[in-house]
Amino acid sequence: MTELLRIENLTITPKAEPGRALVSQVSFALEAGKTTCIVGESGSGKSLTALAVMGLLSDQLQLGQGNIVFKGFNITHASHAELQRIRGKEIGMIFQEPMTSLNPVLTIGYQIGESLAQHLKLTGAALKARVADLLQQVGIPPERAGSYPDELSGGQRQRVMIAMSIACEPAMLIADEPTTALDVTVQAQILKLLDDLKTRMHMGMLFITHDFGVVTDIADNVVVMFRGEIVESGPVQDVLLNPRHPYTRALLDCVPDADGKKPLKPIDYAWLNAGAA
Amino acid sequence: MEKAAEQHILVARNLNKTYSQRSGRFGFGSTKIKALDDVSLALRAGSTLAVVGESGSGKSTLARCLLQLQPLDSGEVIFQDKNLARLSVHHLRMKRRYLQMIFQDPFASLNPRMKVCDIVAEGLVIHGLGTGREQQDKVVQMLERVGLSAADMNKYPHQFSGGQRQRIGIARALVLEPKVVVCDEPVSALDVSVQAQILLLLRSLQQEMDLSYIFISHDLRVVRHIADDIAVMYKGRIVEQGKVEEIYSAPTQDYTRNLLNSIPGRKSLAA
Repeated sequence: MTELLRIENLTITPKAEPGRALVSQVSFALEAGKTTCIVGESGSGKSLTALAVMGLLSDQLQLGQGNIVFKGFNITHASHAELQRIRGKEIGMIFQEPMTSLNPVLTIGYQIGESLAQHLKLTGAALKARVADLLQQVGIPPERAGSYPDELSGGQRQRVMIAMSIACEPAMLIADEPTTALDVTVQAQILKLLDDLKTRMHMGMLFITHDFGVVTDIADNVVVMFRGEIVESGPVQDVLLNPRHPYTRALLDCVPDADGKKPLKPIDYAWLNAGAA
Repeated sequence: MEKAAEQHILVARNLNKTYSQRSGRFGFGSTKIKALDDVSLALRAGSTLAVVGESGSGKSTLARCLLQLQPLDSGEVIFQDKNLARLSVHHLRMKRRYLQMIFQDPFASLNPRMKVCDIVAEGLVIHGLGTGREQQDKVVQMLERVGLSAADMNKYPHQFSGGQRQRIGIARALVLEPKVVVCDEPVSALDVSVQAQILLLLRSLQQEMDLSYIFISHDLRVVRHIADDIAVMYKGRIVEQGKVEEIYSAPTQDYTRNLLNSIPGRKSLAA
């Protein structure tokens, strides 16, 4: 197994308040051709972790200690230029909001072609052919390359985002809640598409979600985060079927099932107090 | 009692609603979109009717048209022997006391300049129910019932989390002791950990206050837990309607089947 990404003791703090860790001592590894899901409630630090890998943290935040190692290179404190070579080419990213992450005044063909021109120096007919090919791969007719984002539905826009992120065939894909804003049927299509692409291109995928149903469908490994820390991680079967940490158990308990067999249960934080006592 | 349980509290017949949308070059043309296409449904007293469908299927339009927050093109909504679509503004407002709505976005649906006590009391003031003192007492009771406290009365909405704000929205709707409550995606903006709490609260309030819910949702897992009956909407039409157990176990329409098969997490992990 080839290790693609290793995060060691990652800590993120606000610059103004270095004592307060938003992400604390997070460590995990991602293999090529595998999907790791980060699960947690809002505010648990899952998106910050992903942004840190891309070097996209806000100016008001800083990396405390810790290392981010990608393909054997430490990119924790890589320069802007170095990161620019990696972003889009080696690591692709899909953002949460397909409605707002595309530029409304540029055609989708142009936006998909941008990273190809930047990283692979493609131009003219070769560029056009590659864009058409990418659109085809994500299930949009290549004739739509001249369309603007507002002419597409939510699901189609998310497909465009995916086409952009895989344009340079990155070794790793980071997807931050890529299906949260979408309808269930579209969500199912997009998840299948991502899974197919991952297998075909042997990508490693870091997938952020709060939906355990999605985790079940797509993950090989799961990392559960709570208040900036990893409470549990491991292969998906182990974590979902035999959760060891009380938080994982409590979170799994309040997920409604589609068969209506499981009673609804509010989340139980009793373990937090039990741990403190 | 047995007979009363089968009574319909709200009946909608042949609802139609069309939106026109600009289209063509520079928006000079216009296309008609049928948001509601001959929709009929009936809500049994004391039960929960879920309306499910994808975005654009017309479920929110249905919710708004049932309460006359939007005018219908045609059709009738019968509540307490009156057709709401024909009532005058004044009479409609009197009926509204019994028809309340819980909104989707707890961040956008509360006025940020109003204190919680004023938000919750507003309906009581509008309908002139009780003296100021009695209104305040009712507000406190209601807040406590939804899991907040009297100390929260003088706070502003931004001081609360998403789940707490949804509780304020529930208190606001229920303080008037309505009969029918339309819940438009009440938990879809909430974390899964908070979702269950709010669903359980809605369910216990339903039993206590004898409420009937119309529950609009796109999450079929949530619907399975809260609803008694279900109506599946697709492109402005109700394609399938019936008891939740029956539709989940034996959907008759391809569209419903497709929707149910798309629920994430149905794959067995043991394999």
